[in-house]
Amino acid sequence: MAVAKVCGIETEYGIVLRGAGESNPVTASSMLINAYVAGLAAAASGTPKVAWDFEDESPGNDARGFSADDSMAPEVDTHLVNAVLTSGARFYVDHAHPELSTPECRDARQAVVWDRAGEVVMTRAMEAAKRMLPPGQEVVVHKNNSDGKGNSYGCHENYLMDRAVPFHRIVVHATAHFVTRQVFCGAGKVGSEVPGTSGADVHYQLSQRADFFEAEVGLETTLKRPIVNTRDEPHADPQKYRRLHVIVGDANLCEVATFLKVGTTAIVLAMVEDDQLPRDFLFRSPVQAMRAVSTDLTLRRPIELVDGTTVTALGVQWELLERARKYADERGLEAVGEDVGAQVLRRWEEVLTGLETDPTSVAGQVDWVAKKGLIDAWVQRQGAEPSDPRVAALALQYHDLRPERCLARRVGLERLVDDAEVEWAVDSPPPDTRAYFRGRCLQRFARSIVAANWDSIVFDVGRESLRRVPMMEPTRGTRAHVGRLLDECDTPAELLDRLGS
Amino acid sequence: MAEREQKRKPAPARETETVEEDAPARSESGEKIKAELDDLLDEIDEVLESNSEDFVKSYIQKGGE
Repeated sequence: MAVAKVCGIETEYGIVLRGAGESNPVTASSMLINAYVAGLAAAASGTPKVAWDFEDESPGNDARGFSADDSMAPEVDTHLVNAVLTSGARFYVDHAHPELSTPECRDARQAVVWDRAGEVVMTRAMEAAKRMLPPGQEVVVHKNNSDGKGNSYGCHENYLMDRAVPFHRIVVHATAHFVTRQVFCGAGKVGSEVPGTSGADVHYQLSQRADFFEAEVGLETTLKRPIVNTRDEPHADPQKYRRLHVIVGDANLCEVATFLKVGTTAIVLAMVEDDQLPRDFLFRSPVQAMRAVSTDLTLRRPIELVDGTTVTALGVQWELLERARKYADERGLEAVGEDVGAQVLRRWEEVLTGLETDPTSVAGQVDWVAKKGLIDAWVQRQGAEPSDPRVAALALQYHDLRPERCLARRVGLERLVDDAEVEWAVDSPPPDTRAYFRGRCLQRFARSIVAANWDSIVFDVGRESLRRVPMMEPTRGTRAHVGRLLDECDTPAELLDRLGS
Repeated sequence: MAEREQKRKPAPARETETVEEDAPARSESGEKIKAELDDLLDEIDEVLESNSEDFVKSYIQKGGE
């Protein structure tokens, strides 16, 4: 039986300090986050800054079972700004970008809510930073994955998986899904960043990220990026779980695209766990297939399999959907949430049908279609050439998170969640994962919390030693589990006593 | 393998009435999108970043992930 597909999205945002000449992205990112956190502390209901606890970070461990001496394991830099929010999210500087990791979500719909809440946090952080900067300067944040000049930054997803599933099986099926889900997950890109190609070869492609993948499986995230990442850092009971860290995705502005990105992947992974995918789509070259799918706006190009036959990206997706339906009928979709899972199946079919018959019909659901529609309409209105440099400006501004500048928010994208719910999620955790415990503890007892991370919270209640509360089970610490306890405790000491008894 | 390809498209699982309900909703949303796009293009010069070409040129993001 597949384990609950607890999931989350980590987004690295593009950042520019405008009006200051040369800007240092690390400084700009730190200032952005500090401005936000200082704003919270200043508010009446504010929280003191709680630092991230690096106790459980080991990004060099490899899911294939060996420790990687010769591959480039990323280093954890503990000196940059790092904060935990009352939503259970982590807001920090990662390398040279501001990054926001959503709290652990129980299903794809929650992932959309807290992903959108992350955008609101970024928008407020920009406003807070602007108040601190000299007139004429501002920090501008983009929700995208490439600067168009060969530099990429990620939007990673994480899914809780059963440790007992052979990793090889995950690799086979995850690869098939990751290569082909671009047809609805792609955020669209003008031109190509593969060395040796140019805008003359590729005017527009489905994905921001496809150009940057050079390997099939591996530990890296910044060099020789692999389609399936093997980082083995479960942030949960390592005997029971693994966390599949997915680095191929684009950051989406379309709520439906985020919903499908997370929802279809969660279902595919649940099917992998329950061994319900009889057919292996083994591509002759997954890396080439990734780029071929991204650069094929007709969605009809055949991809070669190792057995000599071919499939199309839509063909793979239709078969996965068909399998998912069968899986839902026979086993149910509890692992991904029954109701949300059913919605994912319906949306999945709707979007595949639209892409197959008339891609422009899914402009409200799929980012690459929405952005292309905007560009095409502008080119037509202006009588401009598709190669006009202003096209790249338009494309970049699709992702600009300043409310008055964001073009994605002005092209009629369909909403799945409303502003009130997103607003609530800015400060509140999802109710049915351990993020609830983390977020509520921070809401109530931040002054007694020394540090927090994904799987523990460290309290200082004035006793002889600090007390670490472990949270190794991502589906515990929910509202149903500890909501009443948290409501009843007046002090953090009382909470610790009752947890310990 | 080839014939698996042929029958890849699953039979619509849902009732015809649901499909009929969906159809006008989709064309409505298509019209809404077109109307919003037209409005946006009417004022695109104000919405677009001034010196947008320079902005794109100076948009460099090193050190991801």
